[in-house]
Amino acid sequence: MSANLLPWVPAMAAVRDTVAISRRNLRRLGRAPNLLLLSLTTGVLFVLLFRYVFGGAIRTPGSSYADYLMPGAFILTVTASAVTTTGVGFAEDLASGAIDRFRSLPIARSAVLSARMLSDAVRLLLLIAAMTVVGFAVGFRVHTGIGPALAGLALTIAFGMAFSWAMLYLALAFRTAEATQAAGQTLMFLLTFLSSAFVPLATMPGWLQVIARANPVTYAVDALRALLVGGPTARPVQLAVAWTVGLVAVFAPLAVRRYRRG
Amino acid sequence: MAEQAPFLIADRLTRSYGATVALDHVDLAAAEGSVLAVLGPNGCGKTTTVRIFATLLRADSGRALVGGHDVVTGAAAVRAMIGLAGQYAAVDPFLTGRENLELVGELRHLPPGARRRHADVLLERLGLVDAAVRLARTYSGGMRRRLDLAAALIGRPPVLFLDEPTTGLDPRSRRELWDLIGEQAGAGTTVLLTTQYMEEADRLADQVTVLDRSRVIATGSPAELKAKVGGDHLELTVPDPQQRRAAQALLGTRAEPAGAAESQILRIALPAGGEVPIALLAELARCGVRVSDLQVHRPTLEDVFLHLTGQPVPAGPTSTRGRRP
Repeated sequence: MSANLLPWVPAMAAVRDTVAISRRNLRRLGRAPNLLLLSLTTGVLFVLLFRYVFGGAIRTPGSSYADYLMPGAFILTVTASAVTTTGVGFAEDLASGAIDRFRSLPIARSAVLSARMLSDAVRLLLLIAAMTVVGFAVGFRVHTGIGPALAGLALTIAFGMAFSWAMLYLALAFRTAEATQAAGQTLMFLLTFLSSAFVPLATMPGWLQVIARANPVTYAVDALRALLVGGPTARPVQLAVAWTVGLVAVFAPLAVRRYRRG
Repeated sequence: MAEQAPFLIADRLTRSYGATVALDHVDLAAAEGSVLAVLGPNGCGKTTTVRIFATLLRADSGRALVGGHDVVTGAAAVRAMIGLAGQYAAVDPFLTGRENLELVGELRHLPPGARRRHADVLLERLGLVDAAVRLARTYSGGMRRRLDLAAALIGRPPVLFLDEPTTGLDPRSRRELWDLIGEQAGAGTTVLLTTQYMEEADRLADQVTVLDRSRVIATGSPAELKAKVGGDHLELTVPDPQQRRAAQALLGTRAEPAGAAESQILRIALPAGGEVPIALLAELARCGVRVSDLQVHRPTLEDVFLHLTGQPVPAGPTSTRGRRP
């Protein structure tokens, strides 16, 4: 007990506990990279499929299809990662008892969830770096500049994190990796296909356009496209930020409440 | 120990999962430094009890106290005092044995040197030194359970909650864990242990609370519970019929033949938990009665369960850790 130092400052204690658990989460990255590779494979497969199989038949006025496609592929990849690394990873921790052990220890109450978010943000950075290489290999180029590109990076990570909160809630509700993966993947494919990620909305039937316009992925992709390829940015970025903030505002409290209830 | 207020207290703990009642006004008490066994079949509420004490689950009503701290309002203080190990061995499969222990040490806020020392001592004590650098996913079930227990012991928490620590283990691993748990209790740790093994409660516990279908059906020391059942006896095997008759004449009403008329066995009733009447045996020897076998029968906790519920230990559903509606 003597060694059980009381935290000096609660905020410092929270940071220290978060870092400790994040390190544990990231160790798994090197030792069991399957979940991360799964999201990367999903992204790469979709890039190849749309760039070379369907892309020839898709008209994208004002830009090459590679330039049109990659913002959609980035958003697809971060949502896929939210499903697998965040959702499935957390559900596995819940099922294995790892979360119970953490919760029985004298750590900051926020540490488990914030560590999950922190380590998953690191994974998102790695994924985005890998997808950037893939994009350049298939003919994608940034047409704007370093500033907008960095803003795009920030937006992509923020959107991925927002989606991660939703997946965290899903994992807490379902509690098994299988159920979380099935529900999360279905949701991810619905959201990315029924959006402007791969084809211009104008080519869709009217009723589908209505659905696509109610889809946060559409706004994230439109904003990222404007930031990377060109065109007016203010309005799409505002909308994307609003959706991102909205997703966090809804799902973070839901996930936190569900987590605390135990 | 007798004069202290109990260190662990459950006061009318009640918890339901939807329509299923998992705990129904359960009272428990354990003195500081004692071992309390919560004994019962699968699905009787043992795991729910541990989860409430370990601050992982809230009771619908009733209170649980650890060292005077309420597990809800004083959860942080409770977490600083407890170590938790369970039947599911919550070790991280992708960390090595040592990394698992050092992570717990870090989260208990031990300085780096102390983390390493605690890990060293426990790896040594639990026979995991050679396996310390291997990922826990490569461990056998028994090794994982030992590592899980070691993780619970990091930082020497004064209270241990062990949820079916030996379920599914082979007899040797079970005995090893018993020794370890006994050691902890001997060193002054207060232990709450759940088990479905009568033998385990008998061997480790100072006090036993028997749960059946979410309720407490008995509580007391193993000896007290057995005394309730009675039936302690001594069995003497006397092969020679003449000597047997002589022995019976000598013992009078204290002895009765066991089983069939031609049985070689004489049964002598003993007071519950009472001494074996050595003087009587010496008397028999003096009279030339040759005893070829001698057995003391004490009721097991199995008998206690049978006595209390009128039925054998039920084969309930497999345990459901963290059941939810």
